[in-house]
Amino acid sequence: MPAPEQHRLIFRHIDEPGYTNDLACYQRGGGYEVLKKAVLRKPEELMDEVKKSGLRGRGGAGFPCGVKWSLVDRKSGKPIYLVVNADESEPGTFKDRYIMHQDPHQLIEGIMISCFANKVACAYIYIRGEFPEGAKILEKAIAEARAANFVGPNIVGSGYGCEIYVHRGAGAYICGEETGLIESLEGKRPYPRIKPPYFPAVLGLYQCPTIVNNVETLCHVKHITDMGGEAYSKIGTPGNTGTRILCVSGHVQRPGYYEFEVGKCTMGQLLNEVCGGPLPGRTFKAVIPGGSSAKVLKFGERYKGKRKVGADMVDYDWGVEDIPMDFDSLAMIGSMGGSGGVIVMDDSVSMVEALGNINAFYSHESCGQCTPCREGSLWMKKITTRMVHGTARPEDGALLKSVADQIAGRTICAFGEACAWPTQSFIAKFGDEFKGYAQAKAAPRPEGTPELV
Amino acid sequence: MNLKPETLRQIDEVITHYPVKRSASLPLLHLVQEDQGYVSQEAIEWIAAKLELQPINVYELVTFYPMFRQKPIGRRHIKVCRTLSCAIMGGYRTCTEFQKQFNTHLGEVSPDGEVTVEFVECLASCGTAPIVMIDDELHQKVDAAKARELSNKIKAEAAR
Amino acid sequence: MIQPAAPELITVNVDGKEVAVPKGTNMIEAALRVGVDVPHYCYHSKLTVVGNCRMCLVETGMPAVDPATKAPVMDPATGKQKVNWSPRPAIACATNAAPGLHVRTTTPMVKDCREGVMEFLLINHPLDCPICDQAGECKLQEQSAGYGRGYSRFIENKNVKPKRTLLGPRVMLDDERCILCSRCIRFSKEIAKDDVLGFTDRGSYSTLSCYPGKKLENNYSLNTVDICPVGALTSTDFRFKMRVWFLKQTNSIDTESSVGANTVVWSREGTVYRVTPRQNDDVNDTWMSDSGRLLYKDIRSASRLDAVRVNAAESALDFAVAAAAELISKGGVAVVGSGRSSVEEQFLTRKLAQAAKAEAHLVARLGEGDKILISADRNPNVRGALVTGLISTLPSAGLASLGAQIDSGAVKTVISIGEDLVAAGLTPEQLASVSVVFIGTHAGQTSAAAKVVIPSLSVFEKHGTFINQQFRIQRFAKAVPAPAGATDDLVILSRIILASGGPALGSDVGGLWATIAAEVPALATMAYGNIPDTGLLVDASSWSALEFAEGQTLHFKPAAKEAARA
Repeated sequence: MPAPEQHRLIFRHIDEPGYTNDLACYQRGGGYEVLKKAVLRKPEELMDEVKKSGLRGRGGAGFPCGVKWSLVDRKSGKPIYLVVNADESEPGTFKDRYIMHQDPHQLIEGIMISCFANKVACAYIYIRGEFPEGAKILEKAIAEARAANFVGPNIVGSGYGCEIYVHRGAGAYICGEETGLIESLEGKRPYPRIKPPYFPAVLGLYQCPTIVNNVETLCHVKHITDMGGEAYSKIGTPGNTGTRILCVSGHVQRPGYYEFEVGKCTMGQLLNEVCGGPLPGRTFKAVIPGGSSAKVLKFGERYKGKRKVGADMVDYDWGVEDIPMDFDSLAMIGSMGGSGGVIVMDDSVSMVEALGNINAFYSHESCGQCTPCREGSLWMKKITTRMVHGTARPEDGALLKSVADQIAGRTICAFGEACAWPTQSFIAKFGDEFKGYAQAKAAPRPEGTPELV
Repeated sequence: MNLKPETLRQIDEVITHYPVKRSASLPLLHLVQEDQGYVSQEAIEWIAAKLELQPINVYELVTFYPMFRQKPIGRRHIKVCRTLSCAIMGGYRTCTEFQKQFNTHLGEVSPDGEVTVEFVECLASCGTAPIVMIDDELHQKVDAAKARELSNKIKAEAAR
Repeated sequence: MIQPAAPELITVNVDGKEVAVPKGTNMIEAALRVGVDVPHYCYHSKLTVVGNCRMCLVETGMPAVDPATKAPVMDPATGKQKVNWSPRPAIACATNAAPGLHVRTTTPMVKDCREGVMEFLLINHPLDCPICDQAGECKLQEQSAGYGRGYSRFIENKNVKPKRTLLGPRVMLDDERCILCSRCIRFSKEIAKDDVLGFTDRGSYSTLSCYPGKKLENNYSLNTVDICPVGALTSTDFRFKMRVWFLKQTNSIDTESSVGANTVVWSREGTVYRVTPRQNDDVNDTWMSDSGRLLYKDIRSASRLDAVRVNAAESALDFAVAAAAELISKGGVAVVGSGRSSVEEQFLTRKLAQAAKAEAHLVARLGEGDKILISADRNPNVRGALVTGLISTLPSAGLASLGAQIDSGAVKTVISIGEDLVAAGLTPEQLASVSVVFIGTHAGQTSAAAKVVIPSLSVFEKHGTFINQQFRIQRFAKAVPAPAGATDDLVILSRIILASGGPALGSDVGGLWATIAAEVPALATMAYGNIPDTGLLVDASSWSALEFAEGQTLHFKPAAKEAARA
C-alpha cells in the first residue's frame, strides 16, 4: 500500500518559501484569529473542546491533554501556571526546533489559548539551552505579540491578561522531565520531584498548580480550538487523534520530519517510501521508534497478538514495517511512540556499539539524585565502553540486562525506564551480538564504519 | 566584576519575570557568561548576592549544567554532537577532524587560542546529522570535509 | 498537664498486621510501630522527605472495590476483601498512611529492590571498612548483612572522588564513601539554617562539597556526622580514637543551657570518647550543639581539682567538713548555689542554707540564645533551684546583694557550690574579705582564695536530674567513675549539713528522692526511678509570673513573654 499523503497541520508553513517568523507573516495567514474568537468563549468550553479532541501529549508519554488539564487543582486559590516544555531533549527528536524557529507565533497563539482556557496568568517557555537562536526568536515574537495586544494585559480587549516569558535551560536532558523542569525553573538543580506528593497539577511551580505541555501539543490546541474538538478527533485514528510529526534520523535516504495523521502511516511506508529506504547497498537492521529511550525494534522480528479494531478483537501478525505509527500500536508491540523520534540503523551498525553510545548519553544525563539510575546508568556505560575499548566478555550482555532490570520501575522519575529500556531491548533482541562481540570486534571492519563509543 | 551596562540592564529586567528571585539563577548565569566568557567564582558570589542566595546554591547549578564553564575557552566554541543519530552518521570523525585541524584535545583551548572543541549531547537536529554548533550557529551535515572547511574559515578569521 | 488533641487515626496493614497511626504518618514509621524495619538511608524523621536512596521500596496495595458500585470485592479464598497490589514498588518514606493501605515488605520483589539498591550503592564505594570510623554504626554494613550479594559483579574502575576534605574544624568528608543521601545538606539548610553544603557535578560523579572558601563550622555541624548513614562524614575529634562497639552508652543531659538537650555519653574504662544527641521529640529532636559535645573535655582538664584542701594544705574530707562546719558555726554565712547543680544538689544546698541560717544566692548566667538548642539562660537548672525552693525569684546579675552584705560586714563566710565568685561579680577585694568554702570541680580564683576546698563531681560522674526551660525534669546518669580525690556533691553537702546541726539526709539520689518528694510540692508525685528517659513535665504554675530570660528555641516558646506581649 502506498504511503498516505502528509497531513501538515502543525508544520503547514515549515520550509514554505517566503514564510518568515514575524507577526505580519503569521497574520497574513490568519494568525491570531483563533485566539480572538477563543477569548469570546467560556474557558470551560475550550477545555471541553480539547477533551473531545482526544489530543495526547506529544512530548513522550502520550498522556491525554484534556485529562491533564482536568487534574489541575482549581480550588486552591493559588495562581495556575502553564509551563511550555520546549526542552526537546530526547535524542532523535527535532520537531519543536522547527516550530520555534520558523513559526513561533503558532506556538504563542496555542499558549495563549491554553492559558485562557485554564485561567493562567503567567506562562514560561522552558527552552533548551542549545537553542539560543530559538530563544531569541521566541522573545522577539512575544514582544511583537505583546505590541499587538495578543500577549500581556487585557488581550484583544477581552479583559483577560497573561504574560509569557522565555526561560533558557543549560544543557540537561533531565529538564525535559516535568518536575525536573519545574525545579530548574525555580533555580535549583533539576532533581525530579517525588510523586506523590508533588504532582504538578497540584504542587507544581512554586508549589502552585501547574500544567506542563509540550510545544507541539500546544500548537495542536490552537487547531483544535479552530476546527472544534469533534472535527479534530476525526483526524487520525480512534484513541490516536490528530496529526503527528515523525522525525526520522540515521540510515535512510531522506531523513527529516514528516507530519501524518496519527496511525495512518506504517513504519514501512515511512522508512521505505517517505524516507526513500536504506542507504545504497545497505539493509535496515534496527529502528528506535520514539526517541532513544524507546525500546528498539529489530527488522525481521514478528509481533503477534490480538488488537481491538472498532468493537472487535482481531489477530495481528506484523513485521516492523507493518506497525502503524501511533501511540497504542507501538505500545502494544512493546515499545512506544514517545516523542516521535525515529532512529534508523542499518547493517553497518554494531548493536553493542550503538548501545554503548546510548548508555554514554544516559549516564551523562542522569541527574544523580536517586541510586538506581545514578549508579546503574554509569555502570551500564562502563560495561559497554569496556566491551568496545577493552575486553568484551560473553556474559556482559546478561550482566547489562540484570543491571537494567534493577533500575526500571524503581526510580524517582521515568529516566529510570528511559535508561534501562535501551539496554533491556538491545539485549533481548540482539543478545547474540553481545555474546559474540569479542570475535566480531576482532574481525576487520568495512571502510568508513563509524565510531560510536 | 565588570559587567557591561547592557548586561546589568538585562539582569534587572529578567529578575522581574519571576515571583521568586531564585528562578533568575539560570538567566543570570547565561547573561554573566555571555558578558564575561565564563562564570568565575566572583561571578557566582555576585549572582548569589543579587538573588539573595547562598553561593553554594549557584555553585550547584554551575557544576550541574554543562553549558556553564568555570574557565575561559577559545575564541570560538565548537560543539560536536556525540549522540546516536549523529554518531552513526560520522559525528566522531567530525569531532576528530576539528581536533586535528586545531591541534587540540576535547575540552581544551587550542594552542593558538582560537577554539575549544567539545563533544556535547544531542543538539536536536538529528535529521541533518552530523550536527555541529559553533558558538550559537548551527551547522548541519558536517562531515570531515565540511569540518575542514569550517576550520579553515575560523583560521582565516583569525588571520585577519 | 495539658494533653494535645488526639490525632485522627488511620488503620493500615503492614505485612498482615493492622496498625492505627496518626494521619500523615509515613509507612516507615507505621511499619516501625508493628516491629517491621524498613531499611532506608536518606529518610530521616526530622528532615524533609526526598526519597532518593530508594532503599525503602515496598509493595503497596489498596482494598479492591467494584468500580461501579464501590462495593468491596471479596476474595473467596480468604473471605476477606481483596487487595489490588500495585505492580510498581513505592517508597515507604513518601507513602503516607491512607485508610486501608496495605504494605508488604517481605516479598521477593521488595527483597530484589533492596538487593539492587545495595549493589548499586557499593559498586563505587571504596569498601574500606577496616579503616573506616563508621564501622559498627554504618548503615551500609548493616544492610549488607541482609541484602548484600556477598561478591561483586563490578569489574570496572570505581569513580575517584576527593578524600579527607576538611569541611570545617570538626567535620571530615570522604566523598568516595558518600552515598549522596543529602541528609547533611538538608540538615544544614533546614535545621542549622546555614546553607553551605551542596552537590556539585552530576550523575554518579555528583560530589558533596562545601562552597569553596566557606566552611561547615556552625555550632551544629557535628549533627551531620551523626546523621550520615555511612562513613562519609566523620568527627575530627572522635576520628580514629575508638571503635564504637567497645563504648558504653550512658544517658545524659547537655548542661550548656536551659534547653537540656538529651545526650548519650560514650565511654570506655572510665574515659569519655564522645557525646552525641539522644532523641527527645519534645526537647531536641535528634540534635545537639557542637559546643555541648565538647564539654566532656573538662573532665580531664588541667585545672580539675584533685585534692581536698584546708587553709591551702592538702587535707582529708573529714577535716574539710569539720572546717566548714566551724566557719558556719560562727554565723554570717551566705550560700552561693548553682544553676548548674542538679535538683538533688540544689535541694541539699537549700538544706545547707537553712542549717547555716544563711541566705541562698544563685549565679545568673545569661547569654544570647541561638534560637535552636542553646537558650539565653546558660544555666541548665535554674528551674530546679526554683522548684526545690533554693531561690524564689530569678537570680540577678552580679551577686550585687551579696557584695553589699560583704561590704557591710554582715556576711563573713561564703559557701560556693562550684561557682567562681569573681567571675560571678564579686570583686577580688570582697572575696578576700570573707572566708570561703568552695565545693566544685575546677580551680579558679575562688578555689585559690578559699579556706576550704572540696573537689566534687562533673555531670559525667554522677546521677541526678535537671529541670529545663520547659519545666521538664530530666535524668542524667553516671558515665564514668569519679576521679581520685573528688567526692559526690551530695555526700559533701549532706555531711556539712549534718556537721552544722542540720538533719541527716540521704546522700544518694535514690535515698534523697523520698525526702524531696515529701518536701517539694511540685515533685510530690514523682520518684527518681519513674522519670522516663524523655523526662516529665513539672507543674510550673507557681512560677508563671516570672520573666524568664529564654527566647524561642526548638520546641520552646517563652510563655510569659508571649502572654505579656498579648
